[in-house]
Amino acid sequence: MDFTLRKEHEMARQLFKDFAENEVKPLAQEVDETEVFPRGTVEKMAKNGFMGIPVPKEYGGQGCDILTYAMCVEELSKVCGTTGVIVSAHTSLCIDPILTYGTEEQKQKYIPDLASGKKIGAFGLTEPGAGTDAQGQQTKAVLDGDEWVLNGSKCFITNGKEADVYIVIAVSGKVEKRGRISKEISAFIVEKGTPGFTFGTKEAKMGIRGSSTYELIFTDCRIPKENLLGAKGKGFGIAMHTLDGGRIGIAAQALGIAEGALETTIAYVKERKQFGRSIAQFQNTQFQLADMATKVQAAQLMVYRAAVAKNTQKVYSVEAAMAKLMAAEVAMEVTTKCVQLHGGYGYIREYDVERMMRDAKITEIYEGTSEVQRMVISGSLLK
Amino acid sequence: MKIIVCIKQVPDTKGGVKFNPDGTLDRAAMLAIMNPDDKAGLEAALRLKDQYGAEVTVITMGLPKATDVLREALAMGADKAVLVTDRVLGGADTWATSTTLAGAIRNLEYDLIITGRQAIDGDTAQVGPQIAEHLQLPVISYAQDIKIDGDKVVVQRQYDDRYHVLESQMPCLVTALAELNEPRYMTPGGIFDACKAEITTWGRADLKDVEDCNLGLAGSPTKIAKASDKVRKGAGVKVTPDSPEEAAAYIVEKLQEKHVI
Repeated sequence: MDFTLRKEHEMARQLFKDFAENEVKPLAQEVDETEVFPRGTVEKMAKNGFMGIPVPKEYGGQGCDILTYAMCVEELSKVCGTTGVIVSAHTSLCIDPILTYGTEEQKQKYIPDLASGKKIGAFGLTEPGAGTDAQGQQTKAVLDGDEWVLNGSKCFITNGKEADVYIVIAVSGKVEKRGRISKEISAFIVEKGTPGFTFGTKEAKMGIRGSSTYELIFTDCRIPKENLLGAKGKGFGIAMHTLDGGRIGIAAQALGIAEGALETTIAYVKERKQFGRSIAQFQNTQFQLADMATKVQAAQLMVYRAAVAKNTQKVYSVEAAMAKLMAAEVAMEVTTKCVQLHGGYGYIREYDVERMMRDAKITEIYEGTSEVQRMVISGSLLK
Repeated sequence: MKIIVCIKQVPDTKGGVKFNPDGTLDRAAMLAIMNPDDKAGLEAALRLKDQYGAEVTVITMGLPKATDVLREALAMGADKAVLVTDRVLGGADTWATSTTLAGAIRNLEYDLIITGRQAIDGDTAQVGPQIAEHLQLPVISYAQDIKIDGDKVVVQRQYDDRYHVLESQMPCLVTALAELNEPRYMTPGGIFDACKAEITTWGRADLKDVEDCNLGLAGSPTKIAKASDKVRKGAGVKVTPDSPEEAAAYIVEKLQEKHVI
């Protein structure tokens, strides 16, 4: 078992780190305060290939692996959780399902523009009554001639109003299974600007405040028949498989937030003096740092393992769920402790750890709460 | 058009400079980066490639570890990379370095050679112009802008308070300033390709028209008699209190802050 990173991963990490420090960090506080989507940063990331890292070159991507993509989200999130989730939702939740389930025509039509960052992607599964319970979907898709007609709404959609291409999950009929009627769920590709597709309220959030989180509304929204993604009735599987990949991105985001908070705090405790010496000289500080660094390292190993598993295994749900559960809970614990080590200053917005603690919380909630991850993991143990 | 860019791996001074007990640089203890002036030279070459179409070859003399900067250059968009490495080339001063690089460049085709103005670990600014001299090429140093006009290169040469516009027939050599441009980032895909790319490696035997007496430590007329760290003092704080009492109070406060009194 080799824990040494390959040369290309070391170089890629350095690239992402330099980019994050130079281009993302200076804007992180402003993005949080103003809740404005960092469009300029996304354009720079697009120019540098960050919007299509694990996409094959034949579709205009960078031809790298999932580990490289996870490292990108990690390094961006070290300095700005908002920027990390923009790349994660775009890559894992929009590009990945098209690459995995799309027809050659769909791939040719959508992937090059998404991979180059000319267009941004999003994914709509959650509804007011259907988050974790995906079977609770209300949004309907009815085939009318050569078009699907969508009606309903999706909420809490990352990259909401900023995206151009949306993967939308909707109920396309009913199926009978062992004498019980259940909803038939399908996945669709919807483009911004389609008549009948509008946006609802922008959510005012606790953290990742620069991320554009919107409600998507479909009112007799007609999309071409060929925009069905994958087979009719396979939408639930597509959504679940997509979320498996998405969880690796969010785990990397959580890991990055934890690492960023820890790095910031290490620098702070060396500077901050109380009782005539730096607080780094107190054993309480030292032990807290040691515990945090150990947990962050454990999370990193799990995130990287899940990333490698997505490249090498057909099924990686458990690896992804464990990585996300671990990294998200470590992120919340570490950022909370980092705020505590900062004392009063940690509660002040001028200090990065205050934002990082707010940003960390969502990683325990979206793309499957920690409880859902536990369900996935225990399900595999007890089957 | 064929462009050669000479680059050097240098210690990163951002994290502080570390010395061996004998006063020489402890390179192993410092991170290594592509010399900033050279990186600007590479960016200039890549922009010429984007604009006019060109093949960009990067070349460096150094330890095998110097392949890191060559791979970085490839990941930024350079087409080919050459490493010149050999034990007999070690300990070279600017004369032996420029002799070596010229000997390697004689094996290559080129219209334009770009070097950085100077390296942050030596600050001599001699190697670029010396290469031009060895190859009997015109040289324009301190370029803050480089353009191509037919078979000529048009360069703005920087001075303290002005710049000169110089034109030269190619082939020629230009030395670049870090201020020339903002170098691009590598791309993730470029990195993956660069790590798979073959790097041409040349030793002493591959150098053309050079004599052993001009190479390595033995061929270096410059001898370093002594190297030592410069003790740097902080910039300090200048305060101008209105009265001696205020000045005394200020000093007492500062001493108390530092728990001296």
